[in-house]
Amino acid sequence: MQMFPLVAKGAQVRRRGKVLVGPVDLTLGGQGTSIVIGPNGAGKTTLLKMLHGIVRMNGGSLDWACPLEEAQKRQAFVFQTPVMLRRTVIDNIAYPLRLTGVGRKDARERAADWASRVGLGEILQRQATMLSGGERQKLALARALVREPDVLFLDEPCAALDGRATREIEEILAQASDNGTRLIMSTHNMGQARRLADEVIFVLGGRIHEFSPAKPFFAGPGTSQGRAFLNGDIVE
Amino acid sequence: MMVKVAIFQWPAVFDCSNALSCDFEIGQQVLDRASVRAEGSKPGGMDDLWAGLSQAFWLLVTLDADLVEITLRSLRVTLTALAIACVIALPLAAFLAVRRFRARRATIAVLNALMGLPPVVVGLVVYVFLSRAGPFGVFGLLFTPTAMIIAQVIIVVPLVASIAHQSLRELWSDYHDLLISMNATQLQRIQALLWDGRRALLTAALAGFGRAIGEVGAIMVVGGNIDHATRVLTTAIALETGKGEFAMALGLGFVLIALAIAVNLCIHWLGRTESEGRW
Ligand SMILES: Nc1ncnc2c1ncn2[C@@H]1O[C@H](COP(=O)(O)OP(=O)(O)OP(=O)(O)O)[C@@H](O)[C@H]1O
Ligand SMILES: [Mg+2]
Repeated sequence: MQMFPLVAKGAQVRRRGKVLVGPVDLTLGGQGTSIVIGPNGAGKTTLLKMLHGIVRMNGGSLDWACPLEEAQKRQAFVFQTPVMLRRTVIDNIAYPLRLTGVGRKDARERAADWASRVGLGEILQRQATMLSGGERQKLALARALVREPDVLFLDEPCAALDGRATREIEEILAQASDNGTRLIMSTHNMGQARRLADEVIFVLGGRIHEFSPAKPFFAGPGTSQGRAFLNGDIVE
Repeated sequence: MMVKVAIFQWPAVFDCSNALSCDFEIGQQVLDRASVRAEGSKPGGMDDLWAGLSQAFWLLVTLDADLVEITLRSLRVTLTALAIACVIALPLAAFLAVRRFRARRATIAVLNALMGLPPVVVGLVVYVFLSRAGPFGVFGLLFTPTAMIIAQVIIVVPLVASIAHQSLRELWSDYHDLLISMNATQLQRIQALLWDGRRALLTAALAGFGRAIGEVGAIMVVGGNIDHATRVLTTAIALETGKGEFAMALGLGFVLIALAIAVNLCIHWLGRTESEGRW
């Protein structure tokens, strides 16, 4: 069943009287990769979590084309600070499958496969809490992909990775995208944004300041703030 | 003495079984001896203590039958009570960590309050319920190990639940976003917490063991400290000390201290593996 378009109308997240995100009016189509960019504290993380449906909204609406329950099952999220289950690497990656009732052996086989794809094949039995920052991000990515979600939210998934690992992960993401996974990802790496983006969501002060196809945006943003941000200047 | 007080205050409610009155006499003897000692000149002093120590050591080395019996009974009662308490307290702790419901704060407050309940009072309440005139009198449980287990479960559940809840809540604040994102059901969330928090839970259980094995007030009241039936380490120490049988009392005391140290070593060791992330 078709999940998209995802339509947000006046969607808002407030905490302690302060508006963190919104009101957001946004329609996301089913094709391509959306890249969310914006300065620190702009609300990228909150926006992604809101679209994923794991923060409480304080107004507005958010609707998938299919029933919410089904939509929830077909999404995954890679957090900015990856959460490590207090288990081994392989058990971490197998966990989402175990939740959906996949047998232990089968789940572990698929987990091992994904672990080697992200470059964790050699440390399957290590405790996840002992991994380095970069290894944690790789694990989180494998754990998100193992269910082969239709929609994948990624919150700065390469922030702690070296150049080579970043390229490898981008490769995996491009592959997933080719296989029909809808990617919605935030990043501070403009090179990466250019490489992966089909459309750009530029967030500023909790609101969507610009939403446009990637080509025209990178050629010349429509707003002065967008231009300043791309140039690496201070954005007010 | 505990027994005596309880009986004198509630003479109309309880009919004393034979076992109790027999034990009561012992208690009386104890009192007499104690008062004689207190009135007379200094008791043996250091010599007495040394003789007691060496005898106690001898009792331990030769595995004195009485000492072994009492120790085993203590372990049986406490471990049974602990197992039952954990089955109740650990899932409760996980549930309280995961689930937001209206009575949650109240439940936690009640647990914490129950933790501070004086064990003797717990013993008294259990006594009332189990005594022949009480609601569960027909089962004839008073002055049996079962009664002691019931009392210990009541004492240990709030402690274990409270300690376990604290660490599980911490774990949950870490796991929260991930498990919700993965659509884990309520039951799966609880399972994940219980499994991944197993070290902290074991620590909570060990704390419960420490509390239960060293508890004397409640089990004295509901167990009656009957020889070969409900006499355990703590009640036996109280009795032997009162009788002036320092050797036995010290021997039992050593066992108790050894158990306490073993438990603390375990907790310490668990804390280390926790930070190193093994198993
Ligand atoms: N639970 C919360 N309560 C109060 N304020 C919050 C909460 N969560 C986030 N904020 C605030 O909302 C703003 C947006 O946070 P968010 O994490 O979405 O920013 P971001 O764009 O992801 O930044 P970064 O690039 O640093 O990751 C920040 O100012 C943050 O302090
Ligand atoms: Mg962020």
